[in-house]
Amino acid sequence: MSLDYTTPQFIIERNRDRCIDCRVCVNQCANEAHIYDEEEGRVVSDDSRCVDCHRCVVLCPTRALSVRKYPLEYKEHGTWTARDINAIYKQAATGGILLTGMGTDRNYRIYWDHLLLNASQVTNPSIDPLREPMELKTFLGRKPESLVIENGRLAEKLPPQLELEVPVMFSAMSFGSISLNAHKSLARAAEEMGTYFNTGEGGLHRELYRYGQNTIVQVASGRFGVHQDYLNAGAAIEIKIGQGAKPGIGGHLPGEKVGTEVSLTRMIPRGSDAISPAPHHDIYSIEDLRQLIFSLKEATNYEKPVSVKIAAVHNVAAIASGIARAGADIIAIDGFRAGTGATPLRTRDNVGIPIELALAAVDSRLREEGIRNQVSLVIGGTIRNSADIVKAIALGADAVYIGTSALIALGCHMCQQCFTGKCNWGIATQDPNLVKRLNPDIGARRAANLLRAWAHEIKELLGGMGINALESLRGNRLMLRGINLTTKELEILGVKHAGE
Amino acid sequence: MKSIALMHDRSNGLGGGFAAYGIYPEYADHYALHVFYDSLAHRAAAEEFINEHFNVDASEMIQTRKVKAITNSPLIWRYFVQPKKNRLLASELTEEEYMVQCVMKINSCYDGAYIFSSGKNMGAFKGVGYPEDIGEFFRLDEYKGYIWTAHGRFPTNTPGWWGGAHPFTLLDWSIVHNGEISSYDANARFLEMFGYKCTLQTDTEVITYIFDYLMRKQGLSIELAVATVAAPLWKEIDRMEEGQKETIKALRTVFGSLLVNGPFSIILGTRNGIVALNDRIKLRNMVAATKGDFLYVASEESGIREICPDPEEVWVPKGGEPVIGLLEGVEHI
Repeated sequence: MSLDYTTPQFIIERNRDRCIDCRVCVNQCANEAHIYDEEEGRVVSDDSRCVDCHRCVVLCPTRALSVRKYPLEYKEHGTWTARDINAIYKQAATGGILLTGMGTDRNYRIYWDHLLLNASQVTNPSIDPLREPMELKTFLGRKPESLVIENGRLAEKLPPQLELEVPVMFSAMSFGSISLNAHKSLARAAEEMGTYFNTGEGGLHRELYRYGQNTIVQVASGRFGVHQDYLNAGAAIEIKIGQGAKPGIGGHLPGEKVGTEVSLTRMIPRGSDAISPAPHHDIYSIEDLRQLIFSLKEATNYEKPVSVKIAAVHNVAAIASGIARAGADIIAIDGFRAGTGATPLRTRDNVGIPIELALAAVDSRLREEGIRNQVSLVIGGTIRNSADIVKAIALGADAVYIGTSALIALGCHMCQQCFTGKCNWGIATQDPNLVKRLNPDIGARRAANLLRAWAHEIKELLGGMGINALESLRGNRLMLRGINLTTKELEILGVKHAGE
Repeated sequence: MKSIALMHDRSNGLGGGFAAYGIYPEYADHYALHVFYDSLAHRAAAEEFINEHFNVDASEMIQTRKVKAITNSPLIWRYFVQPKKNRLLASELTEEEYMVQCVMKINSCYDGAYIFSSGKNMGAFKGVGYPEDIGEFFRLDEYKGYIWTAHGRFPTNTPGWWGGAHPFTLLDWSIVHNGEISSYDANARFLEMFGYKCTLQTDTEVITYIFDYLMRKQGLSIELAVATVAAPLWKEIDRMEEGQKETIKALRTVFGSLLVNGPFSIILGTRNGIVALNDRIKLRNMVAATKGDFLYVASEESGIREICPDPEEVWVPKGGEPVIGLLEGVEHI
């Protein structure tokens, strides 16, 4: 073993009384943390390979396994934590950028947890969603400033709108970064629940064209998989400028993940790295963005709303205003804590601003400019549960994107190693043996169940507030109160403190 | 006044008021501004603005009567005005928009001055007290009008103050409202994009502005305005015929932020008639009745029978279903 100074992160504990050496764990672990010793006739483990994905623990037929944090501690130091020391060891050994997966694991403040919701008492009746209608229908797209009505009837059609039965969509995750079975699961769940999934920047696999009515097709800086049929296949088009987990940089799908299917879908040679540039090389200013928006509208006969997705950065409010004026129908904002398949660690942990503050700032700014009603606002980046959604909508969002939550519904255990391509749950991998572990029928059912459960909870919370249609919550910040927030934070969020 | 007095227990003495149409025939072409002032100094400041923007053809203190239960009344002034032609031209606004902006300006920027009525040939009379006492105080027995609305308040969210009593008015629109809306901030923040200033933090003010926005600014009919404010449920919309379905769907898509949620029963008064409306799932009571060419609407049937003991027809309107009373010879609200 070479001396690279690193120690295992986890310790695999095998209860020898229970283990029957059946080798299920050996077969299940793509990281090869479990090894069958032919000579001894026993299964043994190599702690240093374990990523704590729980696959072996969950599948062990005798419940013989568990995984714990490795107990080895550095001598306590206020500045030099294990995190810092281990990162230096790794970089000293490799000379490379630190890569990671999923959203930041640092303890930045989660504002959702500092916002409390209102409920009706006496003066205004709460509404029981089991007995009364409760409406969540949401439209995303450009809204005209006025309606043309003749003889009491609409005389001019509205611009194209996405119609959502629940205000939640599956956010952009490309085929390549996640498996075809994961894509299938999300597409079917979106269809079942009356919402949309997003292709990400990797194109749309030919088997998924049939879900076009529930698909948002993405156009990113690498233009992978973008062609006429692709643009016309979806219900809407999203231009990806940036994403919350890696604002300001492009994407990188390593060649080993580019097999035949990914290669066909992305329209790149098999085995070649798919590198999306940091900027779009045809967008160097806001007016260039306008040209791309209208090129895409021209290409699709003005029949599909165009969304522009950006990462939440310092100047997000002004940028969003520019995007609205550039002709986008939907603005998607991805927050600082948002997830991803692969991102440089330092970018993920240090660039951008939390989505709650970005959302509040953008909504307020668009209202000040009198254009909030014209565009739709979709946000993502750590929507963990239905309460987060209700709070996001009260702050001003039209709908939310979920990525990490959706993958967890499919079985992701948050080991944050997506970039290795060795996802034992068949999600963030292209290895056929791993991909088949995710059954798209079961995946679709679980993802749809999550939305169903959340829709029930949203209705409960709405009913408690005495509201029976989601549009009455949208931007209704009086339904929120802050707790343990500074005056400045409250000012940016536009909410009062609890007790006020 | 007898009718609202019977419903005494529905208010708590912290607000009562009336709107009356047709009371100023001698000044029918003038906007009648009713203003509360906290002091003479506040009046002087606001009058500077009024004189600058309007031709004032009459200016007087509104005559009141001493009533034991009414105390701490502000200075209550009335002006009959018309916009100054040169100012109006320079503003490039319609006359009505000019009026609205002037009213908003005083109400949001002039401390201690509050215009609580600004329509033509109509007026609101309101204050802190039980409605029957307020009516007595304003000597309403001496006015003659063709539409009267009345309100007794049981304020919960905002303190009882003179400006906060109902009706709320803007130009000819007047609203009396029973209820508390849960969509307040969604409605208010939408309206604020279009220059409305929701200074009072009361639901009723917002409802007034919603109707002004939808009908005056957007030019929608009362039916479509109602279909926005108390929108049909999606399952009802799904059953509509194609043209209507598309229209209502477009209303909910574009003006969803103006859906009024939570319990309300309101009476919207205009120079052409009244519209009474419940929230779409009828969380507040409202009864309507007719006799001859009179239309009565009240929170309780007893309020109607007090002044019309044997109405010809009495009914409870469905949630979201407007009761429209038009003046003779008028086709639209």
